[in-house]
Amino acid sequence: MIQLKNLSREFQVGNQVVHALDNIDLEIAEKDYVSIMGVSGCGKTTLLNILGLLDTPSSGDYILSGINTSQMNDDEMAKIRSTKIGFIFQSFHLIPRLTAAENIEIPMILAGMSKQVRSEKVNKALARVNLTDRSDHRPEQLSGGQRQRVAIARSIVMEPKVLLADEPTGNLDSSSGKEIVKLIEELNAGGLTLIVVTHDKQIGKRSNRVVRLLDGKVISNQEQ
Amino acid sequence: MKFFDLLFLAFSTLIRYPLRTMMLLIATSIGVMAVILLTAVGEGARDYITGEFKDLGTNLIIVLPGKNETSGGGGPADLAGIAPRDLTVEDAISLEQIETIKNIAPIIIGETPASFGGFERDVPVIGTTPSFLSVRRMEMREGNFLPGVTLDRSPPVCAIGTEVEKELFGTSRAIGQWLRVGDRRCRITGIIDSEGRAIGIDLQKIVVMPVSLATALFNRPSLFRIIAEAESRIYMDQIKKDIIRIIKKRHQGKEDITVVRQDTVMASFDNIFNVLTMALASIASISLFVAGILIMNVMLVAVSQRQSEIGLLKAIGAKNRQINKLFLTEAILLSGSGAILGLILGHSITQVLKVAFPTFNFLPPTWASVVSLIVALVCGALFGLIPARRASKLDPVMALTGEK
Repeated sequence: MIQLKNLSREFQVGNQVVHALDNIDLEIAEKDYVSIMGVSGCGKTTLLNILGLLDTPSSGDYILSGINTSQMNDDEMAKIRSTKIGFIFQSFHLIPRLTAAENIEIPMILAGMSKQVRSEKVNKALARVNLTDRSDHRPEQLSGGQRQRVAIARSIVMEPKVLLADEPTGNLDSSSGKEIVKLIEELNAGGLTLIVVTHDKQIGKRSNRVVRLLDGKVISNQEQ
Repeated sequence: MKFFDLLFLAFSTLIRYPLRTMMLLIATSIGVMAVILLTAVGEGARDYITGEFKDLGTNLIIVLPGKNETSGGGGPADLAGIAPRDLTVEDAISLEQIETIKNIAPIIIGETPASFGGFERDVPVIGTTPSFLSVRRMEMREGNFLPGVTLDRSPPVCAIGTEVEKELFGTSRAIGQWLRVGDRRCRITGIIDSEGRAIGIDLQKIVVMPVSLATALFNRPSLFRIIAEAESRIYMDQIKKDIIRIIKKRHQGKEDITVVRQDTVMASFDNIFNVLTMALASIASISLFVAGILIMNVMLVAVSQRQSEIGLLKAIGAKNRQINKLFLTEAILLSGSGAILGLILGHSITQVLKVAFPTFNFLPPTWASVVSLIVALVCGALFGLIPARRASKLDPVMALTGEK
């Protein structure tokens, strides 16, 4: 499903070149559940951004479902992000002026789907995350756990292949954190490839595989 | 992204920041309103001035005494301080030899008391011939204008305006009565129906008498002007030349008159007011541009405020072009609704002004509404371009992490 070959990402900071990712080789199978762990600044978020086609590697190849993404232009990458990748973030990133249902609708609006198809899929996604009764609420009227569930509904509404989660429980108390983990694991069980960047050792333990990074290098890659 | 959804997304932002939206709407609407009001004043002024002329007949040539020299100093006569010769009734008679002239109306103007019975009032007096009626396109309410009057025959008759009739005769019949005008007496033969003004004089207040009677009354031979009506438009330039030739000959070879075609006077007034209105419109448009710049600034701020939102939209599959469109739509929506608000305000205020100042006609031209709307929209689009472009070029990673 996902193959990284000799992948590096360098940043120019002042006069220095920082190797955020240094010659990474990694394969992730379809329907896998992978957690990426490491200390702050080890490059795990950069790796997630590259996996999500928000960032491009300085060198090396990223092959997603058999397609090499290094030659893609902005529009092609946007198309892949729209159809194949779902994102959830630590800070949810909901649009505050829109209701839960409207937030979930946005990816489909961008994809140009018709109103009928959209409302059908929104209802389905809301039901999937157990928020049907909150569809008309704005983010500020929802709890942190509920907001993250809206964000998850938004990420799966386009039926992607991969779900990328950046510290999904980082801003949540432990009980809603558990709820969220349970929810995304259910999605994984339903066939979605799940990649989680996290500090949370519990999530690390539960995942099928843990990739540990240090200074931009993969230091361990264990199935468990 | 469907058009309606685009509008919905842009609209949701405008609702979300009501203060910002209100300020921008006000800025744009003031610009559009200024265009409407100023052009209404310009067009109103044009209407007011040309209205003075539009009651005149067509194919008119106006002969004025004196010549405006525009080329250097004058001749010996000027140095000797000799005033230009008067334009006289005899001059008017001499013009009858031009066959292509249909009507000649000499005009002399003065003011004198008019009285009947115990009533007296000062009235403007116009001395002329029956041709004046057709040249001025005046109507008689009753009676005849100046029966039996020609350039050289002046029986003691006169016609009066409706206001003179009302004030001197009240409800009793004026026609057939002898009116005392200055030290003359003349029989009233008709009542002028027309309203409006001629040569700046209210037609309802005038007394019109034969030209020779008026020259005797005011004891001066000089005419205010002569108006000649041509048989047809095609003769007008030839008539102009002939008039100059004939009068010059009568005035010892000195060209001391000015001859103008009424249509060219009209045309140049029209031109002047067109330019005036355009100038007013352009001045007002500056405020539209200022509003546009304001929109740009606010949109630029919005782009940095909404960085994380832009980053998110990119993360969930928005193309750069879509982000660009979204911000542009917002700018155009802002300037467009501002413009419509301005149109409504401008036209309502014009209606109020019409009621407040009934003598002046405020006429907001249609083109001003159309042009100001278009200029506002173009401003919005143009000044929205830079912020929209900046938004679409944001690096999604930076935009997402740029937040708190």
